[in-house]
Amino acid sequence: MSATSDSRNGERGTGKDRLGATFARLQARQRTALIPFITAGDPFPDATVDVMHALVDGGADIIELGVPFSDPMADGPVIQHANERALRNKVGVPGILQWVREFRGRDTDTPVVLMGYLNPIAIHGVERFAREAVDSGVDGVLVVDCPIEEDAALQPLRDAGLERILLVAPTTSEPRLASAVEAAEGYLYYVSFAGITGGSKLSAQDIAQRVGDLRRRANVPVAVGFGIKDAASAKAVAAFADAVVIGSALVATLAGAPDREDACVRARRFLAPIRHALDMHRG
Amino acid sequence: MTEEIDFYRYPDERGRFGPYGGTFVAETLIAPLEELTAAYTRLRDDPAFQKEFADDLKHYVGRPSPIYHAKRLSARIGGAQILLKREDLNHTGAHKINNTVGQALVARAMGKRRIIAETGAGQHGVATATVCARFGMQCVVYMGAVDIERQKINVYRMKLLGAEVVPVTSGSKTLKDALNEALRDWVGNVVDTFYIIGTVAGPHPYPTMVRDFNAVVGREARAQMLEQFGRLPDVLTACVGGGSNAIGLFHAFLNDREVRIVGAEAAGLGLATGRHAASLAAGRPGVLHGNRTYVLCDDDGQIIETHSVSAGLDYPGVGPEHAFLKDTGRAEYVGVTDEEALAAFHLLCETEGILAALESSHAVAQAIRLARELPKDGLVLCNLSGRGDKDVHTIAQREGFEL
Repeated sequence: MSATSDSRNGERGTGKDRLGATFARLQARQRTALIPFITAGDPFPDATVDVMHALVDGGADIIELGVPFSDPMADGPVIQHANERALRNKVGVPGILQWVREFRGRDTDTPVVLMGYLNPIAIHGVERFAREAVDSGVDGVLVVDCPIEEDAALQPLRDAGLERILLVAPTTSEPRLASAVEAAEGYLYYVSFAGITGGSKLSAQDIAQRVGDLRRRANVPVAVGFGIKDAASAKAVAAFADAVVIGSALVATLAGAPDREDACVRARRFLAPIRHALDMHRG
Repeated sequence: MTEEIDFYRYPDERGRFGPYGGTFVAETLIAPLEELTAAYTRLRDDPAFQKEFADDLKHYVGRPSPIYHAKRLSARIGGAQILLKREDLNHTGAHKINNTVGQALVARAMGKRRIIAETGAGQHGVATATVCARFGMQCVVYMGAVDIERQKINVYRMKLLGAEVVPVTSGSKTLKDALNEALRDWVGNVVDTFYIIGTVAGPHPYPTMVRDFNAVVGREARAQMLEQFGRLPDVLTACVGGGSNAIGLFHAFLNDREVRIVGAEAAGLGLATGRHAASLAAGRPGVLHGNRTYVLCDDDGQIIETHSVSAGLDYPGVGPEHAFLKDTGRAEYVGVTDEEALAAFHLLCETEGILAALESSHAVAQAIRLARELPKDGLVLCNLSGRGDKDVHTIAQREGFEL
């Protein structure tokens, strides 16, 4: 409780400030942000908070925490199965917010972004969700199936001080790109190819120019996700992006963990070489 | 309060029916949806396109479908007269072909050669495979593994028609998961692929486009009523899963306030058991498959598994226009159980020699209820949306008859 009060009123402020401060710190050191994605409650509900800390130990700068949904229509098999495992364990919004609160007990610096689909948030009540998320120490929210056209549905998130992370895809038209650049908060998430999560169509060369253009125009950093699975692919993208997001490959690694301790070891071991590769890149 | 609403002004340019509808999809799909909206908006006002669609409905589908006065059934019930709009007589045996013919013409106009579709009972899959065969298009149909098992004949029909049927093993392995998988395919193949959605759900413009292609049902029916009976019916009824046959019938009558409109949802084992598919009668507003509508979900917002004896009604959402019609009070939506639908199936068979689809049997059951409430000169118009040959296996199995 004191952690959230501190973070709201103290030097690190609300989610806006925590994400902003993180990117400012990284940019000062010319370091690319590393953003791992895990599905909350997978592979074990009691492992999520420990795995989050392990990710930070392994070099995570920001954590994207997936809110499981029964119908994850933009996700490939790896994250679909993670959602199914989490839901079998009855993981829902209240429990996830509680985990973020627990995480904040030991970590008041690392921004946490919740990523998921609209229905669980809508049924919880968007205003109630926004209030409780801020109170738990959540910094940003990325709702996969809520494009900028439907922004009004999530206005309460902005009103509460949460960053609304927007996606930009290879198919995003110029007028919509301009709107996204205009409305962007926290960071812009550039989807590297037209496909679902866990695909392997990433071509760093193909997207470099578009991401570069986006970075020049946006007031917020640009993260690239989809298809980044290891140190090599992360390093290739880091040459032109402010942040790299790694999801499916990490989720697949955690899925094989026999217990909570092993999940933490796997999280750290998975991220450390990627962190190393990113830091080598910018010296 | 519905008096002031002009239902033909919906949806708005963003695809909203009041608070329902919209475009709740992943960013990558916005561009193909915008492309589709632009193409459809142009074709809708193109006389050449509309003429070709009308010609196909007449010569390929076999329209107009008749309105048949079920006199023996009506006499057996002893109430109002039950009239059946015979969509079961269309090519491929259901209303579904109206929509797939229309969407295939749109796909062709857009230069898309690869077609994907989702299917539950297999009726929409068959209707899609049919038009793909006719236009020489590649066809991939996603179908839940559970549905493949219970609808083997339709799976084989699709294969005969040249379609590839892809089993979906995620989630509950039924229609909603097939829809998810088709959307995933589309996200990865937006350039060459056209997604033929089979009902009035999904993101804008699908609820509008699919409605427009099925609205021929109500337009014909309205004219046929005036011609054959000299007046409009007192009440309309149709079964509602996603709601395409229902909106097809209802749409032409929305501003005829004297015509009562009742949708029949699948109440499965009974609404109180929780084992049903009645999104409007027992669900709540949420977001599923690209639109805001009534959904069946738990308090965590997770979509729950539905149950109905009819695979075609086994869907946890419903078209957004129906959600709007419910909230405005223009239409009522009630549940019909598996047992009631089966009883209606038998009664129609016995009295009229018509084997209705299990989906449509829900509408027949509701028509029977409504007929009981009305005087003998009352007119109940029921959409007999499909024929029941595909369900013979299911019914035989339930009744312990070895085939």
